Amino acid sequence: MSDDIYREIILDHYRNPRNKGKIDNADVVIHDSNPLCGDQIDIYLKVVEGQIKDIKFDGKGCAISQASASMLTEMVMDKPLTTAKDISKDEVLENIGLTNLGPARIKCALLSLKVLKMGMVKYYSDKEPTTAEKMEKDSNLF
Amino acid sequence: MQSSELETNKIRNDFPILTRKINGKPFVYLDNASTTQKPLSVINKIVNYYSFYNSNIHRAVYDIAEEATHAYELTRQKVCKFINANSPQEIIFTRNATEAINLVSYSWGRKNIQKGDLIILSEQEHHSNIVPWQILAKEKNAKIKYLKIDKTGNLNLNELEAYLNSNNNNIKLISLCHMSNALGNIIPIDKIINMAHAYGIPVFVDGAQSVPHLTTDVNSLDCEFLAFSAHKMLGPTGVGILYGKKNILEEMDPFICGGDMIKEVHKEKTLFNDLPYKFEAGTPNIADVIGFSSALDYLNEIGMDNIRNHEIELTKYALEKMSELKQIKVYGDVNLQNRGGIISFNLGDIHPHDLATILNEDCIAIRSGHHCAQVLMEKLEVSATSRVSFYIYNTKEEINIFINALGKAIKLFQL
Ligand SMILES: Cc1ncc(COP(=O)(O)O)c(C=O)c1O
Repeated sequence: MSDDIYREIILDHYRNPRNKGKIDNADVVIHDSNPLCGDQIDIYLKVVEGQIKDIKFDGKGCAISQASASMLTEMVMDKPLTTAKDISKDEVLENIGLTNLGPARIKCALLSLKVLKMGMVKYYSDKEPTTAEKMEKDSNLF
Repeated sequence: MQSSELETNKIRNDFPILTRKINGKPFVYLDNASTTQKPLSVINKIVNYYSFYNSNIHRAVYDIAEEATHAYELTRQKVCKFINANSPQEIIFTRNATEAINLVSYSWGRKNIQKGDLIILSEQEHHSNIVPWQILAKEKNAKIKYLKIDKTGNLNLNELEAYLNSNNNNIKLISLCHMSNALGNIIPIDKIINMAHAYGIPVFVDGAQSVPHLTTDVNSLDCEFLAFSAHKMLGPTGVGILYGKKNILEEMDPFICGGDMIKEVHKEKTLFNDLPYKFEAGTPNIADVIGFSSALDYLNEIGMDNIRNHEIELTKYALEKMSELKQIKVYGDVNLQNRGGIISFNLGDIHPHDLATILNEDCIAIRSGHHCAQVLMEKLEVSATSRVSFYIYNTKEEINIFINALGKAIKLFQL
């Protein structure tokens, strides 16, 4: 199964992460880590007219967490926030092709999604508090 | 008896879990620093208690309650002997080593640590031996001094001596792990205790990793406190041990309060029970304490010196094999006398969690992460390491399987 997990695409995104770095004047910067394994992800968002104009991630950790963050940035780049807001865990797992991870490793794969959603909650909490509240209440999110 | 004479085949037969096959592959358990497997004698002892003399202890007068009390107290006597304490009154059962440390930081610490005082720890402590002291220090406005370790994980005793010499009035406690769970390094705890005592400073020994693997003699060590966990030495989970010198334990107030730890309770005041019961409030983990006695029997039967030799042999073999892989970096002291059967390493830039996942495919259980020692990880400038750790049932064949799997990982990640 590890051959399945560590397929070329994962290793490619791990070795050559897309959209890695910082955004200087980001609208939102948000950080979280996975206490189990210490994976860390920062996400920077630049939002223009409800659209993710730029997204970058910074972080360290295992191949799964970092490749998944890299792929997530590609998934949401230039997309409306309303679309990004509704991305589900399953969509992310399918996108990176890891649908049969064990419970411990799934947290690695979904850390970046969690950070992205936290970032959006932070973004909305200034502009549309009710949306932010709704997102936070949606237990499916995190 | 030489280490090679340790009859691992026979030993392995005593551990039901080691007969397990997963996806047709034998189970290779190399995470003994985390917890060890349990021999059938320990499992049976627990089943037997629940089956035939389950009852609460220290209270009732009927026969099976006496049996249970007797079995529980017999374990205390065996622990006393195992670490060569003076009296079973100095042996307190807790849930684990962590609780034993908390007991002392609470009961002893709150009485003896004051504003401006210093507590000495090292950079390689387990979080269990950091956080309770941090909380105490914060509450009391005391300070924590972390002894530095060098690149191989060794303490600098000159630094300690100089520090003791210039701050001895304020230093109230030294608390150190005898063997690091992250690096496997064994510190010269006897020397350190002598140095501390020259200044009248008490020493707490975190023996969670050392007691299961090295002969422990609190009488000759002369430490004030020692903590360890049964589950890391063939025993059940849920049993920890605090050893403390009797005169010190007597001075301490209780930690958790309620039944069993009292002599008399009146509306306005309570008379606390004698040692060790003063520190064992409520119904304890009777079954697992009783089970632990079989673990001690098992270790005694093999002999701690033989266990140590076996682990040195395995560690030597593993280090040799690992050093043949040019992509590997091994942490800790290279001198086998200064380390236990624990090897922390990184393989190229493969993240430890990825490596552990790859090894899991071959049914090899290793640990990956910060090993509850983030202060140490910062010092080593890594976020995590992979770790293998051995015990009495591990074999060179298992190390070969492990080394082969490392080879597979190297290929997969194209290192
Ligand atoms: C050095 C050290 N101290 C303390 C502990 C805590 O032991 P427990 O989790 O059994 O309380 C451990 C466990 O890993 C350890 O290795």
